[in-house]
Amino acid sequence: MAKVTFNTDICKGCGLCVGACPKHIVALLDDVINAKGYHPAGITNQDECIGCAFCATMCPDCVITVEK
Amino acid sequence: MADKVLMKGNEALAEAAMMAGCRHYFGYPITPQTEVAAYMAKRMPQIDGVFLQAESEIAAINMVIGVASTGKRVMTSSSSPGISLKSEGLSYLAGCDLPALVVNVQRGGPGLGGIQPSQSDYFHATRGAGHGDFHMIVLAPDSVQEMVSLTFKGFDLADQYRMTTMILADGTMGQMMEPVSLDMGEVKKVDKPWALTGTKGERKPNIVNSLFLKPEELEQFNLDRYARYKVVEENEVMYEEYCMDDAEYCIVAFGVAARVSKNAIDEARARGVKVGMIRPITLWPFPKAVLKAAAAKVKAFISVELSMGQMIEDVQLATECARPVLLCNRVGGMIPTTKNVLDAIDEAVKAGGAKA
Amino acid sequence: MIVFEKPKALTDAPLHYCPGCTHGIIHRLVAEAIDELGIAGETIGVASVGCSVFSYNYFNCDMVQAAHGRAPAVATGVKRSDPSKVVFTYQGDGDLAAIGTAETVHAAARRENITVIFVNNAIYGMTGGQMAPTTLPGQVTQTSPYGRDVTRVGYPVKVCELLAGTDGAAYLERVAVNNVQNVKKAKKAILKAFKNQIEGKGFSLIEVISTCPTNWGMAPDKALAWAEENMIPYYPLGVYKDITADEEAK
Repeated sequence: MAKVTFNTDICKGCGLCVGACPKHIVALLDDVINAKGYHPAGITNQDECIGCAFCATMCPDCVITVEK
Repeated sequence: MADKVLMKGNEALAEAAMMAGCRHYFGYPITPQTEVAAYMAKRMPQIDGVFLQAESEIAAINMVIGVASTGKRVMTSSSSPGISLKSEGLSYLAGCDLPALVVNVQRGGPGLGGIQPSQSDYFHATRGAGHGDFHMIVLAPDSVQEMVSLTFKGFDLADQYRMTTMILADGTMGQMMEPVSLDMGEVKKVDKPWALTGTKGERKPNIVNSLFLKPEELEQFNLDRYARYKVVEENEVMYEEYCMDDAEYCIVAFGVAARVSKNAIDEARARGVKVGMIRPITLWPFPKAVLKAAAAKVKAFISVELSMGQMIEDVQLATECARPVLLCNRVGGMIPTTKNVLDAIDEAVKAGGAKA
Repeated sequence: MIVFEKPKALTDAPLHYCPGCTHGIIHRLVAEAIDELGIAGETIGVASVGCSVFSYNYFNCDMVQAAHGRAPAVATGVKRSDPSKVVFTYQGDGDLAAIGTAETVHAAARRENITVIFVNNAIYGMTGGQMAPTTLPGQVTQTSPYGRDVTRVGYPVKVCELLAGTDGAAYLERVAVNNVQNVKKAKKAILKAFKNQIEGKGFSLIEVISTCPTNWGMAPDKALAWAEENMIPYYPLGVYKDITADEEAK
């Protein structure tokens, strides 16, 4: 089962992961604001994740860890 | 008993650098110091050292920064217009607290100037080598022997104090040939835990850097650096006194100006004029104490220089303007003659004691 | 089992770059190469001046900060001091292609066995968005407010093409990081550029077409699209020199 974790403290809400996800299950979380003042990214449906790591590949801040 | 060898100043300096354990030379041709590069090009490969003719004096000083950051002895040489190009690099060397040796074989300026000797980069070396607050240890040889001994010592000083040593030679020193002894003794070894040698996974990374955006941090770096400079000022002043015991007039001169002045002093003494000379060997730190002491005994000072008057300001400062300080100078590549200096001595005698 | 995580050759320091700035991706690719080759303990990086001026805080290896444009000369000194070390520079377009042009060209011509990472985002980011040597014709910047006028200030510098004319350059490839596929290709190129150095092949430079959302005045994802639509046609991706390929062909 593929699993992604987001280190939301260092996420800058840039959204590059959102556009990269082929399953469209990554989004900026509207109801969360981190200490830097950004809406961090998060996964909307962990079950659909295929562990392709495209999100992590596009992330400039190494926010995302991918397990398979 | 060491044998003496007849050598040209530029080449003797290069040989001294290699004796001091320098195995990296980066340079660029410019008259009157090209012999340093040419000699290094031949000799460095013979001792498994690195010689590289860089694409410019700017590139050369940055290659020096690269080697210095790895903790090894390194040097570059140039002449006045090329030294201007290195100003940025000299500031970075100081900001990174890196040891290095830089040679300026001075020629007439400003601008492209001439190729004959001058001493008109004194201000550059002692006041304005680059932007920011910093000093270099500035050594002024007056003979081919001193081109050797000061270069050898210069590397030790650079390592000990994490500073740039500048050998400020005038063109004459680079070009003249004199017998020299190359017996310099042991090379001093200094530990450099800050050097970039690769972490090998055994220590935290070392960073060689001069950028500190937090003003409190940058201020502290400057204060720490100047505390080190204070130690240099207290311990490393070098000068030579010539006929100063009973002197009533004191010549201050370095390099070729000092050589000419010695001849003038001998002639003047023969006529009964009690003139002597204090020859700074370290232009920074400047021999302030001995000049201040002399001001209590002599009637006037004469600064003999190959410039429009640069060292004269340090003489005035050191003596706190207690006595008149006359300027005896030639520029543009002209060298003061014995007659020039004798005329200045006569003028000093006329003006001497004017200040109460 | 972890299939993707932050490389060890990056420190824990949070990156100061703007949200969506591709410097972060490129830093990671360099760090991944260092990890995969196991060379962090033997690597010395040369930081340059630009947005990436603090890269000495981000790479987990010995680092030296160079003056603007001078990184290849500093790297030359470091590498010649100890050829067993792996030496890389990380430079932007002003650093490498404006003030540092001489140092760049001569390091290549001199066959310096170093790895140069060239981040080309067609603008000067750190100082607030001025024209770069790589700014595109017609592109608006703070110092080309009416658009780059080629009749007045000439044309962009194409670094890979320029350096391909030097015999000392061993490997020159232009890559991009505007999408996942290109990021993976960029990673391969950067890894090869480091491998080349270990194998003593000579000068390797990877030009990475990058974005500057802040100074281009667009959102990060729009900036990736702008790079694809405008920069890549002007700066074609691909290999401009590869002596290892030539050697294999023989």
